[in-house]
Amino acid sequence: MANTAVVVDESSANPWGGGVAPMKASYGKLMMWFFLLSDAFTFSALLITYGMIRYSHPAYEGAISDFAFSQEYWPIPEMVFEAVPFLHGVHAPLVFVGIMTFILILSSVTMVLAVEAGHRMDRKGVEKWMLWTIIGGITFLGCQAWEWSHFIHGADMSKNVGSNLIQGANLSINQYGPSNFAALFFFITGFHGFHVFSGVVINFIIFYQATVGILERRGHYEMVEKVGLYWHFVDLVWVFVFTFFYLV
Amino acid sequence: MEQENTQVQVIPADKAKIRKIWRVALILAVVTAVEFLIAFTVGAGAFRTWVFILLTIVKAFYIVAEFMHLGHEKKSLIWSILLPMMFVVFLIFILMYQGAALLEVLY
Repeated sequence: MANTAVVVDESSANPWGGGVAPMKASYGKLMMWFFLLSDAFTFSALLITYGMIRYSHPAYEGAISDFAFSQEYWPIPEMVFEAVPFLHGVHAPLVFVGIMTFILILSSVTMVLAVEAGHRMDRKGVEKWMLWTIIGGITFLGCQAWEWSHFIHGADMSKNVGSNLIQGANLSINQYGPSNFAALFFFITGFHGFHVFSGVVINFIIFYQATVGILERRGHYEMVEKVGLYWHFVDLVWVFVFTFFYLV
Repeated sequence: MEQENTQVQVIPADKAKIRKIWRVALILAVVTAVEFLIAFTVGAGAFRTWVFILLTIVKAFYIVAEFMHLGHEKKSLIWSILLPMMFVVFLIFILMYQGAALLEVLY
């Protein structure tokens, strides 16, 4: 075989022998998919850990209207996350986190539109939609910064634990419930927020490359597609965090 | 090989394609709104939790299949991403079981 010149028939060629894209996806896209798969494992592990730890604590039993924060049982998320900026003292359960969810979904949509524009070699379109995506990402990060700050500094409903007045949260104790509650909040939303942050940075780099014409000279906008995959994944993770951390 | 294209041909947008993108966006928004509604109308319990999980999977399907385009890739690629997620399903069951056991021991 080694010294015979063969005319390789494309259809029967070994897809793993090189020269062709196995699974009809380019190397970069395929590797992005496998990276996202491994990242999905990490996030699954975090969320399942949340489920396990929550399940190993007693749940609050009683009417929602009588609910009070206690270290004895796991808090009801909608009683913890009920603040909205500029509306101090207004009980608006899950409203702010709902707004954040819509912002992230919208920025995912603008990312699809950027990829679509890239397929058509429409540089102006790529620039416009990438910019909207970046703005959406930054807005989401700003919202999360506010939420963290509010969570750390605490709600008006302070709680006496032993002789100490507890307000807000840190890694060892918090006013909302068992210490694991705050620890998991910081870990899961923090890890997701860091993904959003790196997504914004990567999006900006590709936006810059599109703007100065690097991608156009390259002849294709596949980089937009690859960072698009990452960005959608970040949105996907948020969908799960929203359900399992805030709704259930 | 980088080619110097001074005249890049921009292909005009396909209206149907763009409409489809916005339709998926609408579905995601509506499902989120429904989840929101359920959070305040249906009492907490196993039923509500399962509804939430189901709706989340619906949303995940649209994001992965349409936005990430996985639904239009080769079958081998689809399966090589989906099958490993079985480990996650396994982990869910084993850790939920563990959580219940811990609750019994601790409280």
